[in-house]
Amino acid sequence: MQDLLYFSQQLVNGLTIGSAYALIAIGYTMVYGIIGMINFAHGEIYMIGAYTALIAITGLATLGVAWLPVILLVALICAVIVSSSMGWAVERVAYRPVRGRHRLIPLISAIGMSIFLQNYVHLAQGSRNIGFPALIDGSFRFGAPESFQLSLSYMQITIFITTLICMTLLSLFISRSRIGRACRAVSQDLGMANLLGIDTNRIISATFVIGASLAAVAGLLLGMYYGSVDPLFGFIAGLKAFTAAVLGGIGSIPGAMLGGLILGVSESMTSGYLSGEYKDVVSFSLLILILLFKPTGLLGKPEVEKI
Amino acid sequence: MATHNLKHALFCAIVTVVIAYPILGLDLVAQGTQIGLEGATPTTIISIFLAAGIVFLFQLFRDNIMGNLGKLPKLNPLSGREPMPAEKRAKVEAWVLTAIIVLALFWPFVVSRGSVDLATLVLIYIMLALGLNVVVGLAGLLDLGYVAFYAVGAYTFALLYQYFGFTFWMALPVGALLAATFGMVLGFPVLRLRGDYLAIVTLGFGEIIRILLNNWTAVTGGPNGIGGIPDPTLFGMEFGRRVKGEGNTSFHETFGIAYSGEHKVIFLYLIALVLAVITALVIRRLMRMPVGRAWEALREDEIAARSLGLSRTAVKLSAFTIGAFFAGFAGTVFASKQGFISPESFVFLESAIILAIVVLGGMGSQIGVILAAIAVTILPELAREFSDFRMLVFGAAMVLMMVWRPQGLMPMRRIPISLKRQE
Repeated sequence: MQDLLYFSQQLVNGLTIGSAYALIAIGYTMVYGIIGMINFAHGEIYMIGAYTALIAITGLATLGVAWLPVILLVALICAVIVSSSMGWAVERVAYRPVRGRHRLIPLISAIGMSIFLQNYVHLAQGSRNIGFPALIDGSFRFGAPESFQLSLSYMQITIFITTLICMTLLSLFISRSRIGRACRAVSQDLGMANLLGIDTNRIISATFVIGASLAAVAGLLLGMYYGSVDPLFGFIAGLKAFTAAVLGGIGSIPGAMLGGLILGVSESMTSGYLSGEYKDVVSFSLLILILLFKPTGLLGKPEVEKI
Repeated sequence: MATHNLKHALFCAIVTVVIAYPILGLDLVAQGTQIGLEGATPTTIISIFLAAGIVFLFQLFRDNIMGNLGKLPKLNPLSGREPMPAEKRAKVEAWVLTAIIVLALFWPFVVSRGSVDLATLVLIYIMLALGLNVVVGLAGLLDLGYVAFYAVGAYTFALLYQYFGFTFWMALPVGALLAATFGMVLGFPVLRLRGDYLAIVTLGFGEIIRILLNNWTAVTGGPNGIGGIPDPTLFGMEFGRRVKGEGNTSFHETFGIAYSGEHKVIFLYLIALVLAVITALVIRRLMRMPVGRAWEALREDEIAARSLGLSRTAVKLSAFTIGAFFAGFAGTVFASKQGFISPESFVFLESAIILAIVVLGGMGSQIGVILAAIAVTILPELAREFSDFRMLVFGAAMVLMMVWRPQGLMPMRRIPISLKRQE
């Protein structure tokens, strides 16, 4: 019983982190699916989302707003607006001018952008980590009080539910809306979509905006879950999310969700049963192994190299 | 067209304010256990709106501005000039290089100790950048975990000294060879991957090495690092005030001169100089050998190169191994110079800096990379009050270079040979 509870606890923790990774991974996978580049600065956009949410929450607290739903909603909206503007601007400044050049050039540009954004926040807000207020407190507990208890916090439930809502909305958007249809068309064949009258530049911008908005949601959720933010907050999370995207098959949206969950669970199992320090080693090793043996990921389509 | 431009310009200006204002204009400050918000200074606010105004005007008149820029005469007056004949060029280059090296040999005796120390660091970066230049610039493999090989070199020396009492000269080849072995072992499986996947895998590898160094406390000392790494000796002569090693003599007593801390710094500088020159010459030679041509061929067109019978794995692996070898070299010198190493010195940012040097200098161009290494290391030291902005400027410079001049400041030049049409 004890072991089962302990295992379930790790599973719950893993699924929580994993679903947030999945939210970030969507941004990587959509951009890669359409223009075939790794948006290295995506982790930083997520970090900026977390900062904006924190600024909004603090601002509302100063103004004396105390009703939780309002605070969360305003923080969410602010984070989404700022992050998606950032995503749009990054694409315009750093990626559009180098689109279609040799593969390494957009990637180096993206790395530069990532360093730039990290230091932008570092200079503006300081390098210390700042405490994020725990707005959603409390938890359900299972198990006998004198032994190990499985705790399922309200925060974790919020993360699951929000992720679920976001993913449902995204799936509906991609499958039903005009822009979503255009997105799918562009990711299949950019040139052909262009010929058929789709404004591909607009669709690529839309992809960046959608990815950045989901990253902002993840920023708010994970900021609250971890309880603090700092300018390097996005780097490791970005790498993890990229791993999740690759794991599930880059370019595939359900793949990103699946990859995020698998990565989150394997990470929390490592910290639960081996040691917390090596959880990053496990996820990076996972990334390397997948790229070596199944570069298309779990749900990705095999890529045929054309000559 | 005009209204469309106006709408777009307005949108861009609003986006500028939206992305700049919350982060720059509202500061989070700790007030006891709580956090509060503080408005930024009026100057910041004004500059945000000024920036938005500039963006607005630029986007509004974008077509006119870009059109006029194209009409401007070429900035570089040399661009239209005939290139120097190859033989003459080689001669001039050889003379200039010899002069620079001779100057560099005598230079440390006249300047302050601090400058020599900085120059040693510059030389270490030159070695690293030249090594990475082989991987990224010549072979076209984006390696984001290059710092891992640097760490292998540094930790090899530190650990061999700690456990087996190795000296600098014994550790130098071991460190370099071990780093090369790491490069080969990592390279063998991953080099099949496509460019951007390779970048991510090497990044992951770099992080794994750093995390292992950080957590394997029993051997590496964890975050506390390893201290007391000895300085190099000159034929068994030590540069410290007192002799530490058995059977060694001290430099100042042997020559009967007064002890000075500067001897050690200058000696280390000279070692770094010699190693950097060796690195540059070896790589220069390799570039002209078949293997160097193969690197470039594979970078330019993998399919064509393979169809001409080049083995993709062997060529890429050789570039990777040689790059790692020189990183190991640099790592050993670094460990000896610092006397103390910890995982802090081998973070991803370090890889990014070395990559930035290669990119700024011009991928593949040795002279460009050397100049960029000097500039990137010295500029922040000169402008210490702006040192916080160093990485910000780096990031921006990397983006701008990729947008405007992806070939770098001093691109590699190949003198083209064209076939004359038979009349």
